[in-house]
Amino acid sequence: MSRSSLLLKIELRSNPEMLCVVRNALGQLAAMQGFSEAECREVVLAVDEALTNIIRHAYHGDAEQPIEASFRRIHASPDGESGDALEIVLEDHGVTANPEKMCGRALEDVKPGGLGLHFIRQCMDTVEFSRSNDRNQLTLRKFLHVHKSEKGS
Amino acid sequence: MQIAARHLDKITIFDISGDIDLATSPQLRKALLHEFRELKMPRVVLNLGGVRYIDSSGVASLVEGLKASRDVGSRFILFGLNRTVREVLQLSKLVRIFEIYENEAQSVAP
Repeated sequence: MSRSSLLLKIELRSNPEMLCVVRNALGQLAAMQGFSEAECREVVLAVDEALTNIIRHAYHGDAEQPIEASFRRIHASPDGESGDALEIVLEDHGVTANPEKMCGRALEDVKPGGLGLHFIRQCMDTVEFSRSNDRNQLTLRKFLHVHKSEKGS
Repeated sequence: MQIAARHLDKITIFDISGDIDLATSPQLRKALLHEFRELKMPRVVLNLGGVRYIDSSGVASLVEGLKASRDVGSRFILFGLNRTVREVLQLSKLVRIFEIYENEAQSVAP
């Protein structure tokens, strides 16, 4: 069980030039929630990478498609211990993500591309993808004051 | 993102500032590939001291630059990495593949 309160909702176009706007807003929002500077950078990187994936893969670079981003403070129970978290939900109407591509790539491969999903998973505590009614939904959560060794994703 | 180019003997130095992301990384990629593939510069140095943010597409551009440098037998050097840039490169586990120095003097040394 979890309870949540909406902090911010943004409707944007899939234009790469909008990414810096989201980053700036999210950095301040995360700091207001009590995350450390390093944690704020992680949240910003994860959301930026997720939006980049939507623009590149769900919308194939079309800069005029809609993306909804909602940011909530939630109280949930990671691994049985309750805690506050920032929950970010990104929704788009693009093509379904290919589960095989969702695996990312081996980091030993020195080649451009494929790093985004690795960054998202490293930076956030939980990452969930779903699709319903022709909408992709990616839910990212980062808990406050939870050390990485205590995480379960 | 802004890219300013300087030349020192047969070394090109790019001073990069701002954000390197999906919107701007193609510009960086194009500049690097031009130096290595078209101009065959023996050494290209990237001053990242003014970079505020870099994402995976920026890292991918650096990797492409590195590969292009290896193809033509040139050196590709990074310096001035701030905490943000260093964190992302470390997260990518690719930091070890780059030639990285603390400052410009080390980067242009014979």
